[in-house]
Amino acid sequence: MSNTENKKEETITLKVYRENRGQKTGSHYDTFKVPYKRWTTVLDALLYAKSYIDPSVAIRYSCRMASCGSCGMKINGIPRLACYTKISELDTSTIECEPLPNFPIIRDLVTDFSLFFNHHKEMQPYIQSKDNSENDTEKKTFSFYQSPKDVDKYLQFSYCIKCGLCYSACPTVGTDLRFPGPQALAQLYRYYADTRDESKNRLNIVDDKHGIWRCHFAGSCSKVCPKGVDPALGIQLLRSYMLGISKNNKEPAKKIEIITDKENNDNNS
Amino acid sequence: MESHRVLKESQIMKIHYITGIAAIFVVAVHILMRLIVPFELSLEYDYIIANYKNIIYVLILESILILISVHGFNGMRIILLELRQTKPWENMVTVVTISAMIALIAYGTRTIILANGL
Repeated sequence: MSNTENKKEETITLKVYRENRGQKTGSHYDTFKVPYKRWTTVLDALLYAKSYIDPSVAIRYSCRMASCGSCGMKINGIPRLACYTKISELDTSTIECEPLPNFPIIRDLVTDFSLFFNHHKEMQPYIQSKDNSENDTEKKTFSFYQSPKDVDKYLQFSYCIKCGLCYSACPTVGTDLRFPGPQALAQLYRYYADTRDESKNRLNIVDDKHGIWRCHFAGSCSKVCPKGVDPALGIQLLRSYMLGISKNNKEPAKKIEIITDKENNDNNS
Repeated sequence: MESHRVLKESQIMKIHYITGIAAIFVVAVHILMRLIVPFELSLEYDYIIANYKNIIYVLILESILILISVHGFNGMRIILLELRQTKPWENMVTVVTISAMIALIAYGTRTIILANGL
C-alpha cells in the first residue's frame, strides 16, 4: 500500500448502547469515531473504542472467528456476530450496536444467557444409548457405525455454536419466555434424528402449551444463523414426526465394542 | 412437563389443522350453493328458510359451525397463551375458550333446529 493510501484512513461512527443493570441509571447511546480498513470487523472497531476511547464499554468475545458464539449483538438492527461482520460490508457511515433482543441485559452489549442455556439443557442434548449392564464395572465402551446418509440427517444442526442469534430473532420468544426457542428445538431434532440415540421420550419434552407448536414459522431464526443452520427446518421436521406425517424409522446404529489396551492385556495374561 | 392433560398439545394441533382444512371445503360448498342462484334471490327470506329445510344444507351449516368454532377458539387460545405464562392465566384461557366454543355451537345449533322446524 502506498503512503498516500495510508494517510487516507477512513473512520466510522460507532453508536453503542450503554446500560448498567447494577447502577439502574437508565440507558443511552455513546458514539465513537473509529478508524477502519477493508478487513476491520465490528468487533475490532468496538475493541479499538474500548482500548483507546472508553475502557468501560462492556463486550463479550473470545475466539474472533465465529466459532465460540460469544460476540452476538444487534448490529444495524439485525442480530449478528460482531467478529463475523465487516464494517466495509455494512455500507453505512454509522454502525449501531445494541445488545441482543430477547435476552436480559447485564451491561452494555453483554446479555444474560442463563434462560437460553436452560432451554438447551431441557432438550437433553446428548446421546442416550441403552446399556443393559447392571453395574458400572460391566459397562462397555462402544463405537457406533453410521452411514454418510445417517449423518446427513442431522449434520447441519450439529454446527450450532449456541450464539443465541436465532433466539434473539424469534418473535415467539419475544412474547413467550417459556417457548424453548429455535436453537433448543433444532438441537432436539439433531438428537432425535441421530441413529445413535435410543431415547423414546424426546418428543414429549416439547409437546406442551409452550412447546414446539408455538412456532409461527417466521423463519427469521434461519435467516440470522451465522453457521448456515436452518432451525426452522428442524422445527418443521419435528412437527411432521409429531403429527405422524413422517415416521422416524431410523435403524439404530450398530455398536462395536471397543477393547481397551488394559482389557487386551488382562485377556492375554 | 404438564402431568394432568386430557389431550396432548400435538393432538390438539392435529384437530386444529384438520378442522381448518375441512372448514375450507365446507365453506367453499356453502358459497358455491349461494352462487348457483341469483344473488338477490339468495338473500330472500323464503329461499333461506327453504335451505334450512334441506337436510344436506343443514348438515353443511352444522359442520361449518362446529369446524369454525373449534378451529377459531383454539386459535384464540393459542394467541392468548402467548400473552402470559402463568398457570392461573393458562387455566382461565382454556376454560373460557372451551366454554365459549360450546356456547356458540349450542346457540348456532339451536338456530338451525328452529329454522328447520324440527
